Amino acid sequence: MKKYMLDLKVTENRNLHASYCLLKLTSDKTLPDMFPGQFVQVLVNNMPTTFLRRPISINYIDKNTNELWLLIKKIGDGTQAIANHQPGDYVNLLLPLGNSFTLPATQEKKHLLIGGGVGTAPMLFMGAYLRESGFEPTFLLGARSKKDLMQLDVFQRFGTLYTTTEDGSHGETGFVINHSILTNNTFDRIYTCGPKPMMMAIAKYAAGRGISCEVSLENTMACGIGACLCCVENTTNGHTCVCTEGPVFNINKLTWQI
Amino acid sequence: MANLKVNIGSLELKNPVMTASGTFGYGSEYADFMDINRLGGIFVKGTTIEHREGNPYPRMAETPSGMLNAVGLQNKGANYFIEKIYPEIKDYNTHMIVNVSGSSIESYVECAEKISGLEKIPAIELNISCPNVKKGGMAFGVSCSGAAEVVRAVRKVYSKILIVKLSPNVTDIAEIAKAVEYEGADSVSLINTLLGMAINVETRKPILSTITGGLSGPCVKPVALRMVWQTYKAVKIPIIGLGGISNWKDAVEFILAGATAIQVGTYNFIDPTVSIKIINGLNEYCDKFGFKSVSELTGNLAITK
Repeated sequence: MKKYMLDLKVTENRNLHASYCLLKLTSDKTLPDMFPGQFVQVLVNNMPTTFLRRPISINYIDKNTNELWLLIKKIGDGTQAIANHQPGDYVNLLLPLGNSFTLPATQEKKHLLIGGGVGTAPMLFMGAYLRESGFEPTFLLGARSKKDLMQLDVFQRFGTLYTTTEDGSHGETGFVINHSILTNNTFDRIYTCGPKPMMMAIAKYAAGRGISCEVSLENTMACGIGACLCCVENTTNGHTCVCTEGPVFNINKLTWQI
Repeated sequence: MANLKVNIGSLELKNPVMTASGTFGYGSEYADFMDINRLGGIFVKGTTIEHREGNPYPRMAETPSGMLNAVGLQNKGANYFIEKIYPEIKDYNTHMIVNVSGSSIESYVECAEKISGLEKIPAIELNISCPNVKKGGMAFGVSCSGAAEVVRAVRKVYSKILIVKLSPNVTDIAEIAKAVEYEGADSVSLINTLLGMAINVETRKPILSTITGGLSGPCVKPVALRMVWQTYKAVKIPIIGLGGISNWKDAVEFILAGATAIQVGTYNFIDPTVSIKIINGLNEYCDKFGFKSVSELTGNLAITK
C-alpha cells in the first residue's frame, strides 16, 4: 500500500477520560485507504524530549465525514503534546503503516474482538469493518473500572458488546479472559489488542481450542517503515519488524511461551 | 542553479546529499515519500558475510534530540543481498553503496570481495565503527593499528571506491583518518554513533538489552562537526560528513567544516523527505551567496586570523 506524509487538520479533540482523548483529523482531499490494524506515525513538534514520531493505532475511519480518529492515551510528553492539539491545528502524519487484520472467510460467522486499555482503539475500526462486510462482530472490552471503558456507544453501533471490570462496576467482574462468553460460546476467529499478559491469556485460550487468533502488538518504534530495525519481535522467522510485518500477527507466528 | 556535483575519488555524485546506512533500508522503504533517484547516493543497511539476527529487544531508546540504538547489524548476509536485494536496487538512478561489516579481518575481506563483483555497486563503506556488536565492528576502529589492518586487507581485494566509516569513540579521530588514508582508503565517512546509555528509573534497568548503544540525531551534531573539521585538517582524501544532520543549514555547516558530501541519518525517521529538502536548500544557498558550485564550499570556513 502506498504510504503518505500528510498534514491533517484537527476537527475535534474530545476528552474521554483523565488519561485519554479522541482526536479527529481530516483533509481537504479524500483520505487514503486504510485498514483495521494499521497505524500512523504522528510527528511531535518542537520538544527535545519528544524527538521521534509516536506510533498510534487507527481508531476509526469515518468515510462520511472524511475523518481519521485516533484514541490517544496520555503516557508521556509526546502523547501529552499530541493530546493538546486543538481544532484547527495541523498534525503531520505518516500513513497508513503496517499490515492489517485478516478479514474472515464468508462461512466464518462468529468473530470475537477483545480489547483492553488503549488496545480497544483498533478493535473499533475492525468491528466497523466487519460490520460493513456483512458480519456481526462480538466485542469484549476490559478495564479496571467503569470510567475506564471508552466509546461504548460507538462499539454498540457495530456489534454486540460485553465488558469486564476489575472492580465489577460494569459488566462481569474480573479480566476479559474470565468472561462467561468465552466458556458459553464458540468463535471462528479472535482478534485482540491490549496489554501483553491479556493477549497472551487470549492466545493460550485460542490455541487450546484451535481458534484462529490475531494479536496487534505494541512496540517502541523509530522509523515506522521498516528501515531502522528497532521494533523487532521474535517470530518463527526470527527478529521481525513490528512496523512492517506487523503490528498484527497470527499467534502461530509468535514464539510466546503459552 | 548551482552545480551540485561533487567527487568522492573517481566517483561522481550528482549532489552531495546521501542517506546513511541503517537509516534508509535499501531505499525502497522511502520510495513512496520521495524520488530516491534524486539522491547523490544511498548507503544501504550494514551487510555482513553471515546472516545476523541482531541484538535482542529492546533495541531503541529515545533521548533528548536523538536516540540510542542497539540493532546489532541485523541483516540476512552477503549472499542474500547479492541474490535477492541487489537485483531490486541495481537500476536505481543513484549510487548504491554497501556498508560492509565484519567480526574478523577475514570476514571483512570475504564480504568486500563478494560485493566487489556487483557491477552496479561502485563503492563500499567499511564499517569499522559499529558499537553494537561484540566482536569486530568498533574494536577495529578505535585504534590506528586496528583500523589500518582492516583497510590494508580489504584494499588488496577491493579496487573500487573504498570509504571507511570512522568511530567517534576515540581520543583523536584525525589520527585514525590518517592511518586509513595511508592504507589507501579513497574517503572517510564520519561519524558513526557515539556510545551512550539510558536507564529506566522506575525499574532501575537499562533501557537497551545491550545496556549501551549508539547515540545519533541532532544531539550529536556539534561533536560530529568538530570531528569533520579536525579530520579535514589532517587528511587529503574527501570526507563524507554525518551526524545529526536535519536540515540544509546543518549540511552547509558540515561542508564548510571540510566535508565534500554528507549523509542524512536519523532525521529520515522524523521527516522521510528531509534529504530532498536539503538538496534544494543547498542549491538555494549557493545561489544566494554566489557560489557556482557546491564544491567551492568544502572547507571554506571563514576564520579570523
